[in-house]
Amino acid sequence: MTDTTNPIIKFDKVIKRFGDLTVLNELDFEVKRGEKVTIIGPSGSGKSTVLRILMTLEGIDGGVVAVNGEPLWHEQGPDGLRPASEAHLRKMRGQLGMVFQQFNLFPHMSVLRNITEAPVKVLGLSKAAARERGLELLELVGLSDQADKYPHQLSGGQQQRVGIARALAMRPSILLFDEPTSALDPELVGEVLTVIGRLAEEHDLTMLLVTHEMRFAREISDRVCFFDQGQIREEGTPEELFTNPSEARTREFLQAVLD
Amino acid sequence: MLFGYAWDLSSPLAFAISIMPILLTGMWVTIQAAVLGFFVALVLGLVFAILKSAPSRWISWPATLITEFIRDTPLLVQLFFLYYVLPEYGIVLPAFMTGALALGIQYSAYTSEVYRAGLEAVPKDQHEAARALNLTAARTFTHIVVPQAVPRIVPAMGNYLVSIMKDVPVLSVVTVLEMLNVAKIVGDRTFSYLIPLSLVGGLYLIMTLVASSGVRLLDAWLPKQGIPLK
Repeated sequence: MTDTTNPIIKFDKVIKRFGDLTVLNELDFEVKRGEKVTIIGPSGSGKSTVLRILMTLEGIDGGVVAVNGEPLWHEQGPDGLRPASEAHLRKMRGQLGMVFQQFNLFPHMSVLRNITEAPVKVLGLSKAAARERGLELLELVGLSDQADKYPHQLSGGQQQRVGIARALAMRPSILLFDEPTSALDPELVGEVLTVIGRLAEEHDLTMLLVTHEMRFAREISDRVCFFDQGQIREEGTPEELFTNPSEARTREFLQAVLD
Repeated sequence: MLFGYAWDLSSPLAFAISIMPILLTGMWVTIQAAVLGFFVALVLGLVFAILKSAPSRWISWPATLITEFIRDTPLLVQLFFLYYVLPEYGIVLPAFMTGALALGIQYSAYTSEVYRAGLEAVPKDQHEAARALNLTAARTFTHIVVPQAVPRIVPAMGNYLVSIMKDVPVLSVVTVLEMLNVAKIVGDRTFSYLIPLSLVGGLYLIMTLVASSGVRLLDAWLPKQGIPLK
């Protein structure tokens, strides 16, 4: 199953429409195993949609998305590919985890329960094992002392760190970050970026990040993709893209956000 | 004399005191009818709410149609229908049962909306987070959605309990001896309506005040974030 040469994520001419609006326009996009890729671009350019399609929160209207070499939204039928069943989606989803812009923690569950709920119910871990792992993850995100609190008792930055721990608890091989710091007060952004940065350094996780934090994108990414109008307009290493963008549209965007 | 209690017409106060046990007997019937009707409304309303939000239109549309029909026709019409039409088809229920059932059916149309609104008020974010974590639909419903919907549902349900109490006198037309009916009988026999009917008003006020302050307490006590899970 593990394949180091082929891309772990592959979008092949993927089309996504919302009514009359074409959000992804025959998008081709690949991510290699272990790669840290940042997607930047103006709002409405389809950045988040890429993540939401991968997390199976949005379907696609054309093309094929493959994760680990296997179609995500399709499965092999007797006569070629057919739309995926919920069972197939469940199987595929297990490889991915997502950190949401609004954290999306379960407000009625303690911090620890937020993290252990799915490992116990989905992966079948024992409560004790899940708890142990949950506490380890809380330590990783620097919140060991908050296990028994409820989300509303934490700051936004702390909540997002719990969100990261919760996603990691499912042991995904791909972690998706959907503007993880956009809903935070400026002074809380740093603590979350520190955690994400540490993950990027210390883990072989494949990370796909949509963000407006350009400096951070530059620090942690292996590759930065500039999205515009449902397509990748330009991509390259952070150095290439930030210091010497070749497209006028990229320059315009960077100028606007970096000022 | 009613229910074995005789009235004393010597003075207004004596009259009021002497008919009190009779009215309280009626009040007990009122409370029973309201509670039984409310229970039917809670169960049937949940069934309707689930049917209305079914993915198939072949289920959701008929369910919506039925609840709309129930909601838009008078309780009295439904009550007469159950009381006079069902026996023609061999279903004979005691008047009290028929009455409580009619109340329950009428209010199930309202409670189904309360359930639906409560369940739908749980943000889409929560469903997405559950999906991203691969929780099953059933687990998501029972452990993510319901605990968060309960604080929104309970206070509205309490208000319908108060409301149902106030609708119980309608059952008097099918001979149920609830409080108003009892008071009317006392009036008919003593030619004195003022005191029994005033007492009914007073007792109703006490009943509904107690019930609605109970609802308020419950509302204040319920955690707004949902039923906490450690």
